[in-house]
Order: sequence, then C-alpha cells, then structure tokens
Amino acid sequence: MHKRHLIKLAIGASLSLPLFGTAAMAQETVKIGYIDPLSGGGASVGEGGLKTFQYLAEELNAKGGILGKKVEIVGLDNKTNPQESLIQAQKAIDSGVRYITQGNGSSVAGALTDFVTKYNDRNPGKEVLYFNYAAVDPVLTNDKCSFAHFRWDANSDIKMEALTNYMKGVPAIKKVYLINQDYSFGQSVRTQARAMLKAKRADVEIVGDELHPLLKITDFAPYVAKIKASGADSVITGNWGQDIALLLKAAADAGLKVSWFTYYAGGAGGPTAIKQTGLNHQVFQITEGFANLDHKTSMDFEKAFRAKVNLGLWYPRAVNEMRMFAAAAEKAKSLEPVKVAQALEDMKFEVFSGGEGFMRKDDHQFFQPIYISSFGDRTAKEPFDEENTGWGWKLAAKVETKDTILPTTCKMDRP
Amino acid sequence: MLELFVISTLNGILFGMLLFLMASGLTVIFSMLGVLNFAHASFYMLGAFFGFQISKWFGFWPALVIAPLLAGALGAMVERYGLRQVHKYGHVPELLFTFGLAFAIEEIVSIVWGKSPVDFRVPALLDFPAFTLFSTNYPAFKIFMLVISIIIFVGLLIALKKTRVGLIVQAALTHPHMVGHLGHNVGRIFMLVFGVGTALAAVAGVIAGPALVTQSNMAGLLGPILFVVVVVGGLGSLPGAFLASLLIGLVQTFAVSMNGSLAGAFGPLSPDLATTWLSDIWNVTIAQIAPIMPYVLLVLILIFRPMGLLGTRET
Amino acid sequence: MLSFGHAVYYGLGGFLAIHAINIIARNKFAIPLPLVPLIGGMAGLIFAMLLGWVSTKRSGTAFAMISLGLAELVASSALILRTFFGGEAGVSANRTKVLRLFDWSFGPQIQIYYLVAAWTLIAVIAMYALTRTPLGRMCNAVRDNPERVQFVGYDPHVIRYFAFCFAGFFAGIAGALAAINFEIANSAYLGAVQSGTVLFATYIGGVGFFIGPIVGAIFVTLLSLGLSDLTQVWQLYFGLIFIAVVLFAPGGLTGLLMMHWPLIKAGTLGRMIPAYLIAFVPTLAMLVGFILCVEVIVFHMVHAGGDSHIKAFGIPFDAENRGVWGIATVLLIGGFFIARMTWKMIAARWDDALNEARAKGVAA
Repeated sequence: MHKRHLIKLAIGASLSLPLFGTAAMAQETVKIGYIDPLSGGGASVGEGGLKTFQYLAEELNAKGGILGKKVEIVGLDNKTNPQESLIQAQKAIDSGVRYITQGNGSSVAGALTDFVTKYNDRNPGKEVLYFNYAAVDPVLTNDKCSFAHFRWDANSDIKMEALTNYMKGVPAIKKVYLINQDYSFGQSVRTQARAMLKAKRADVEIVGDELHPLLKITDFAPYVAKIKASGADSVITGNWGQDIALLLKAAADAGLKVSWFTYYAGGAGGPTAIKQTGLNHQVFQITEGFANLDHKTSMDFEKAFRAKVNLGLWYPRAVNEMRMFAAAAEKAKSLEPVKVAQALEDMKFEVFSGGEGFMRKDDHQFFQPIYISSFGDRTAKEPFDEENTGWGWKLAAKVETKDTILPTTCKMDRP
Repeated sequence: MLELFVISTLNGILFGMLLFLMASGLTVIFSMLGVLNFAHASFYMLGAFFGFQISKWFGFWPALVIAPLLAGALGAMVERYGLRQVHKYGHVPELLFTFGLAFAIEEIVSIVWGKSPVDFRVPALLDFPAFTLFSTNYPAFKIFMLVISIIIFVGLLIALKKTRVGLIVQAALTHPHMVGHLGHNVGRIFMLVFGVGTALAAVAGVIAGPALVTQSNMAGLLGPILFVVVVVGGLGSLPGAFLASLLIGLVQTFAVSMNGSLAGAFGPLSPDLATTWLSDIWNVTIAQIAPIMPYVLLVLILIFRPMGLLGTRET
Repeated sequence: MLSFGHAVYYGLGGFLAIHAINIIARNKFAIPLPLVPLIGGMAGLIFAMLLGWVSTKRSGTAFAMISLGLAELVASSALILRTFFGGEAGVSANRTKVLRLFDWSFGPQIQIYYLVAAWTLIAVIAMYALTRTPLGRMCNAVRDNPERVQFVGYDPHVIRYFAFCFAGFFAGIAGALAAINFEIANSAYLGAVQSGTVLFATYIGGVGFFIGPIVGAIFVTLLSLGLSDLTQVWQLYFGLIFIAVVLFAPGGLTGLLMMHWPLIKAGTLGRMIPAYLIAFVPTLAMLVGFILCVEVIVFHMVHAGGDSHIKAFGIPFDAENRGVWGIATVLLIGGFFIARMTWKMIAARWDDALNEARAKGVAA
C-alpha cells in the first residue's frame, strides 16, 4: 500500500534533481531547443533529427563554436502535439533558449509560429527565433508568415513546382492519379498538382483525386483497386509514414504497375517498404539532396555521418540551417535573435548538396536546387544504400534554384 | 463499374474477415468473463511481433502455431496475476486494468522491436497471386486469411455450443458457485478462456502482420474499430461479431470506391455560402468519410437497436 | 460511469471559446476575456445535452463503449469539417485583442495563471455544492445501486443524463481555459489521448473522493511533463503506475490517504510510521533496481552501440558496466524479497492499529 507513496516520493525527488545541473552552463553556450517527438509514434523520426542536430552542433563546436560560444542542442519531447509543443517551448525559453528548431508536423509548426510571434510581441528585447527544418505547409511563408520564422525546407508548393517542371519533360506520363492525406498538407499537394499540371502539361489527364484520412488506414487495397480501375500510369502522393508504406505494399500485392511520384518515400521505413514490394526505380522522391548525389563534400559528410550516427542523413537542409545560422551570427557579430534574423534575410549560401541557395527576405523561405531521385538497384556510382535494403537512391533530374521560385502573399510585420 | 463492384466486394470481405479474426477473441472473452479487454489489440500486436521473430528463426509455419501459444500463455498469466486480483472491485476496474496494460505493452514492444515497421514477409509458399480478376491480382495469402477466419468461426461456435467444455464455460459465467460445487475449478476456466481469447488475437496478428504493417502503433490503429465490431454485433455474440465484421468491411470498402458528394448530387453550393462550414459538408465525398462510417454505424445501431445486431441483452 | 469521450466536450468548449475570442475581437463586443470560459462551458453543456441522451441510456461497460465510439466519431469529423475546426492545424486567436478590464491585457502568462486559478476555484466550489444538492445525492445513489433508485421512483437514466450534462459543462470550461492559455484549439483536443489522460488522472487520484480527481490531475500532469524529460520510455512507467494503482490502491492516491483517517482520529498512526520507514528502504531499493534494469535494457535495445554513459532520472550511469547490471539485479530481487517481508509487517501493524481504532469506536 505504502508503495504508492514511495513511487511518488521517488519521482518527486528525481523531478527536482535535473533542475540543478543545467542552469550553470547557460552563459557560455548557444542553446537551440529541438522540439520534436521523442516518444510515441513519431519518435523514430524525432530521434533521427535530434541526432542529426547534435552531430551538426559537434561539427560547429569542433571549429570553435559560434562567436566563440559552444552550441548545445536541447532535446524537448512534444509528442507531436501542438499544445505540448507550446509547453515545451515555454519551458525552453524559461531555461534560456533563444532559438527553437522543429520540423515534424505542420500543425505543430503553425502553433509554434503563432506562439513565437506573440511571445516576441509581448516580450520585446527577449525575442526568440523559430527555425523550421521540415514543416512544409505553404501557409507558413504566405498568409501566416512571421518575422521570427525561417524555413529551410522547400515548401510543398515549391516541391510541386519542381516536380511538375520535371514531369513536363516526360512524355510517357499521360494519366495521373492523385492520392493524398486528408489534411492541410495533403490538400495543398492536391490543389497545386492540379493547377500546375494544367498549366504545364494540359494534355495530361487527371483520372482520380483521392483524399484519405491521415494515418488511419490499415488496408489500402480498396484505394489501389480504384487507381487500377482508373487506368492511371502515374500516381502523385504527398503521403508519409505508414500511409506511404502501406499504399505501396497494397499496390505491389495487387500487381499495380505505375510510376510513383512522392514527397516522402525516403522517410523512416519507406525504403524498407519499397524494397519489400520490389518496385525497382518506379518510386521517385523530391528532396533538396540525397546520399548518392555526385558531390564530393556531401558524400564525405554522409560517410562520416553514417559511421557516427548509424543513420542516413535525412535532412541535408538541417546542415544548411545550422551552417547558415553560424554564418549569420558571424556576419551580425551578435547572437541577438533580431540581429541574426536581419543577417539571415536575403543571405546567399553555398548549400550542402552544391549550388547556391538564398533566404528570401519577403517570406523567410529558403530556395535551393531540388533533386528528383528514384529508388532501386545501385551501380558503382551509387555507393550508399538505405536501411540495409541494398537499394539506394539514383538521380533522375535536378531542378535549378531559379526554377523553384514562386511568388508569396506574405505581408510581414518587421520590428 | 462492374469491375470496381466485384473487386470492392472481395476487398470488403477480406477486410471484414481480418476484423473478425481479431474481434472473435474479444467477443469470447467478453461473453465468457464479462470483461471488455482494452489490451486485446495489444495482444494482436504481440502476436504479430512474436510471429515476426519466430518466423525469422524457424520459419512462418512454426510461428503460426508458437506465437499464439506464447501470447495465450501470457494472456493467461495476465488473468491469473492481474485481472483476478482486480475482479473483486468490479468490471470497471478490470477494464481500466487492461487499459493500463495496453499502454505498457505498446511501450515494451517499441523498446524491443523499435518504432519503425519491421520486415515481416509473407511466406514463400503463399507468395503468389491466387487468381487474377479484371487484371487485379489476388494474393494467395489473403485467401489463406479468409479460410483461417472461417475455420476459427466454425470451430469456436462448435466448441462453445456443442462440446462439454463449452457448456461448462458458459455455466461458469452465470453460476460460478454452482459450477465450483460441481467440482470444476472456476478460476482455471476463466484463465483458460482469457488465454484462448488472447491466443485468437495473436493468430490474427501473425496473419495480419505480413499482410498489413507490423509496427508498434498497430494496436492503436485497429483497437477502436474492434470495439465497434463487438458493440454493433451485439456484446458477446459470436455470430453477431461475424456479421458485424463483414458489414463494416463491406461498408468501408464500398464507401471508398464512391466519389459522390452532396455537391455532385445537387450541384455546387451557392457562392455566398462557399466559405461557411456548410461547404465542408457539401463538398466532402463519400470516399473521404469512409473511415468514420463504422462509427456512424455504431451510433445508428445504438439508437435503433441498442442490443446490437444479434445481441440478446441490453448491457 | 466510465467515459472514454470526455475530451469531446473539453475540445468543443475550447473551439467555441477560440471562435468566441475571434468574433469578440473582430466586432469589438464588450465581453471581457474572463467571461469567455462561460461560453466554452455552455458549448460543453449543449453538446453533452445532445449526445448524452443516447449514451447515458446504459451505464458501465456499455456506456464506456458508446462514449468511445462517439468520441472517435467527433474527432474524425473534426478533420473533415475544416472551416470550423481548422483542420489539422487548428484555429488560433489572440487573447489580448478583446475588451480590457482594469487594464489587464492577459498577455503575460501570470495573468492567465490567475484567471485559470480563479475559474478553477469557482468550478471546484460549484462542483462541491452540486454534490451537496439532492441531485448530487441521487447521483451517488445511482452509482451505488440503480435498481433501488428505480424503486424509490427516480429514473436512473435521467439522473445519469443530468450528471453527464454537468460534466460536459465543466469540461467545456476547462477546454475554454486551455484554449485561452494556449491561444489555439486543434483536433488533438478532441482525441482519445486527451480523454485517456483525464481518465488516468481521475482514477489515479481516486474516484469516489471529491478531491481525488484534483490530486490525480496534478500528479498526472507532473508525471507526463516531468517523466518525458527524465526517461524516454515514460509511457511504460505511466502504464505500470496506472496498473499498480488499479491493483493495489483501488481508491487511488486519495483513497490511500483517507485510509489513515481513522488511525489519526484514534491516535494510533504513530505506530505505523516506524513500519513505513523500515519498509521504505527495501521498497525503494527494489524500485531503483527495477528502473535501472529497464533503462539498461532500453539502452541495449534502442541505442545499441551508442555512448553507454546514459542518464535516467537525472542520474548518470554506465549501461555497459557489468557492475551496474549486477547492482540492478541485486537491488531488484533482493529488494523485492526483503520488501515483501516488510509489507507483511506493515499489514500486521495496520491490523493492530485499526483494531485499536475500532475499539475506540472511531472506525467502522
């Protein structure tokens, strides 16, 4: 009976313990709060991201840190829940964090942008910046844009622009089927795909346009039956996580032979699923870089990264984010968030995968070359495989920075 | 159109059968012990992961036998050392106990096997298209799934209604003291029933694992819908669960194949209403709401036939 | 009655409150922020009135199932009715834009803190008052024996329905307060996780005691915020703690404390303290051993090959070190056996103390 007290006591005591150790070091380090799922369903992705950022922080620290200060990544678990993210952000700020980075989930990103903007309004002189490395909802750099928010990932409209620019040159694509998750991101993929395909390839017929609930489907067989019945030769999908894995699996089971144009087939678990289904070089993805890209420095980085972290580098953009942050702070000669933000605006930067990118001042969106790659057998030119499947990504096309630029509706309030 | 109809029917039956495989164990436990086992889907998940591990060591067929036995033994232990202690406090604490158990099992599975999906393959023996219909392949494995479900359904019905063991079990639920006085060990009967129920869930896991995805969140994905099946079919009724599984499988599959919406039926909404919440309802397609269909069905059943399709009692 | 769908009313209250703030701010209505929770409460009440009639027809397990089904239905619909619920991203508002009273902007967190505290106090008093009314008494009666209530001439369904509506009302207020605090409402508010947390809190705190859920809510919030910082597998501990409460303390934490009340009255509590202190040591050892084992296993399963100097519960240790493994096992097994002996001792002392209390006529 009294055991309950003890558990309570033990936990109470241990709760108070970690509060001591951290405060002392606050002065000498630049703290970056990494707010992403570290438990629950999204944890495998969140953990990978955390390791990436920690690796990058070590890289910066090995070169003497930023303005002589060591960089420290503070991992905070948001359980992919917007409300929890705000609690964690507040907690981080209270412990001296002035820079927050987050990527998983546009709903979280929306909540965080809002939070940071309001926080900066209400606490002048104590501003906080939010670096977004993966949430791609276009609204964050359009209607809901904020001076405190910077995005290093290409937003979903930019990716679609790049993808349709590629599809323009592939005459074999005649009938396209759209299948997406039923939420803001999936919706924007679908609307943009329709609009852009119509503008660039009027002859392409859109034979189906499906929205299915987010992460709730266990059996995609009925959807695959519909794709099959429509006679499509290509499928465009923004699905991620289990939704892409299960979709591909169901397609392989039913013997569906189409090309898959995806945003996130390369995410955790994706390569395993593709290998299982045997869709050799039929699944394409759009990214700002990938392991087998023929670019010396990024390949070297990839090799060192894999040796240390035991994971492929999912986020080349995270590398851009951290390196640009360091460069901007050096340029501003300050770690004051507002000055760093001003230095980041319109900053040009040689990106990780080669080529030049820039941070557009109007909406704080980063523009960079985009690559389309397919997953399958490797040759000598593709040294890296994914998730020990033996298969790897192979370059299909490169879209230059200038072909990815889209207008924005952002009207930003500046300090 | 005919093509889509035939294929949807087939898909619906297949999915329904999978649901039944899982719901059967839950129904058995509920009808025998009166316990609504929240951790049932967790045992289904355990079955899938045990199956994955054993088939890596010994192959799929031994896994199909050993994994359910293991999960069943675990279930029996849970009954013996956990549920039985809680039993004296009533049904609600029992339910809560399984609720906590579900939490713990999910975390343990993700510690042991990680959070990403594992590579659980269909056995080579069944990895071929059974037949091709309208140029769509039907994997032999899914047909196998269908056959197993029907065997389990018939087997359970016979075991419960026709055999001596089944009669004792049924008697033990309503008149535990009488059965005890007749010289049967009621505690052991309950333990066995719980073990068998969880073993059934594990069978479903081993079979569904390769067909769907084997991942540490698979329990949460199918858990709620299982309860819909059990309630719609009538709490504790095995034929009811069978019927409800089929119904839900078919409803969901057919809903997916339909593109109709109110906008399609009555023309687009007038522009001055286009930004209101009405437009959401107006433009949503039947395919989009397919996954909430089971819950709609649940609410309808509760309003019009509270005891469920084939249920006999109100609570 | 066990509701797996309480978050529905919480969430709807939150959404209504957010929309209310937006509308008030846009139209400059003279409604100050502190009144907004009332709107959320009304929303919770109205939806509870709508959905409650069907779900309260039955109690116990069937009610739990129905509430679960309804919750799933509402949560899934929230993603489809995008204009109202804002889809996945939710709806946000700015709480500082509404009419100001006494120059309070409600921007700083501390003002919100007082607002929440005030409302909570009001709600607690209201709820306590409710349990003192005839209706509150009848609710208890329905819980304990619905058949008798029917004999007395009341319809248990109606009473359950009333109780349910009130619960919806208070959940709505809570949702509105959450919405004001975070200035955002999204579909996660309506989901099963939210309902589950509430359930956990209530049960761990102790059902059947008025302050039980309050204790539980504080405890669970601390746990879920604190544990996830301390260890990766907080969900496991969470589940185990819950199981332990159900198994060993069916009355929850409050129930445990209340058990001591007769002893205090009889003045025999002092006798228990040495027994507790003796049992404390081996039990703590067992728990520490258990936690060490779990963390070491987790390390070997999840981070195999990484840096073995891990930190759990703020205490750094080396997961590769065989010595640590040994200590963990010894603590766990040794602690368990010694602790079991001390528990028996406690039980004996307890009976003693309680008997004496009974003899003094202060305990039943």
